[in-house]
Amino acid sequence: MSVRARLVLGLGSLAALGALLVWAVAGLPDFGHPRGPYAVLAPQIVLNERHVANAVTGVNFDLRGFDTLGEELILFVAALGATVLLRAQRAERAVEDAQEAEERRAAGTTDALRALGAAIVGPMVLLGIYVVVHGALTPGGGFQGGVILAGALLLVYTAGQVVAVQRVRPVSLVEVTDAAGAAAYTLVALAGLVFGVAVMDNVLPIGTTGSLLSGGFVPVLSIAVGVEVTAGVTLILSEFVDQMLLHGGGRREEG
Amino acid sequence: MTVLQTVCLLAVAVAGTATVLTRDPLRQAVTAGGFGVTLSVLFLAFAAPDVALSQIVVAGIAVPVMVLLALAKIRTLDRAKEREQEDAP
Repeated sequence: MSVRARLVLGLGSLAALGALLVWAVAGLPDFGHPRGPYAVLAPQIVLNERHVANAVTGVNFDLRGFDTLGEELILFVAALGATVLLRAQRAERAVEDAQEAEERRAAGTTDALRALGAAIVGPMVLLGIYVVVHGALTPGGGFQGGVILAGALLLVYTAGQVVAVQRVRPVSLVEVTDAAGAAAYTLVALAGLVFGVAVMDNVLPIGTTGSLLSGGFVPVLSIAVGVEVTAGVTLILSEFVDQMLLHGGGRREEG
Repeated sequence: MTVLQTVCLLAVAVAGTATVLTRDPLRQAVTAGGFGVTLSVLFLAFAAPDVALSQIVVAGIAVPVMVLLALAKIRTLDRAKEREQEDAP
């Protein structure tokens, strides 16, 4: 295709897309008005019938909890897929060699970076746990807190402590934790079917609004998601780290 | 729309444009992180703190780390290729 033809095609497509966007935005309701009926109904239902103070978590883990089950399993399958694909390309021994080389290099990590990492990891873990367990009360929940916790584990690596990371995240333990988080959510969903009338039926006592254990299954599911997301994100990122450590993508043996 | 919301929308537009105009992938990982932070402030200004938290952990932790690790992997591949060329007679 000639340059001129590509230019015409590109500009034409962009103009058509722009026209569609302008048309779509013109058809939107005015800014802030009117609210749909669910904007009023959903917070009332989760507050009055479930005693959940944070309406967003109430919707995610109760009214639309089945959707969240799907999302949770998507992350589980993504972690599984990344692990299977990346691990097929290398032998375990090669990674250990690469890690030893990295260990020697990491000795050059500046003290300032090590100190900063050591100082921040503790508060970050605490923040992550806080966000996970307070999902029913304040903004946040399993997903947000889980990524914060995975970030804290990664910070240990960034501070040049590869040995410490191996101790913090033994890969098999992370894998089991990932599966346990996904299984916990599924079992809680099925518990509704066994002890209640339908899947995701909230059969635990709903507690007092504003207390840590309010909302029945909501905080339980938030913690299950927190565990699953922490392990899933850690697994994906540590597979990426292992790939990076393999100098020359395993072709080193040939030379 | 409040003044704060207008300012946030403008900041998102500026940061998004800056991300597109950054050509070096390494620098782009940083500008994209900044873009993510402006987006999370925007969500907060529009009264969606849960989405703001999700946005800040994804744009501040997950995405930059993946991009940086991928770039580091490309660099080690390039180095290995250079070594092979040096070894060749």
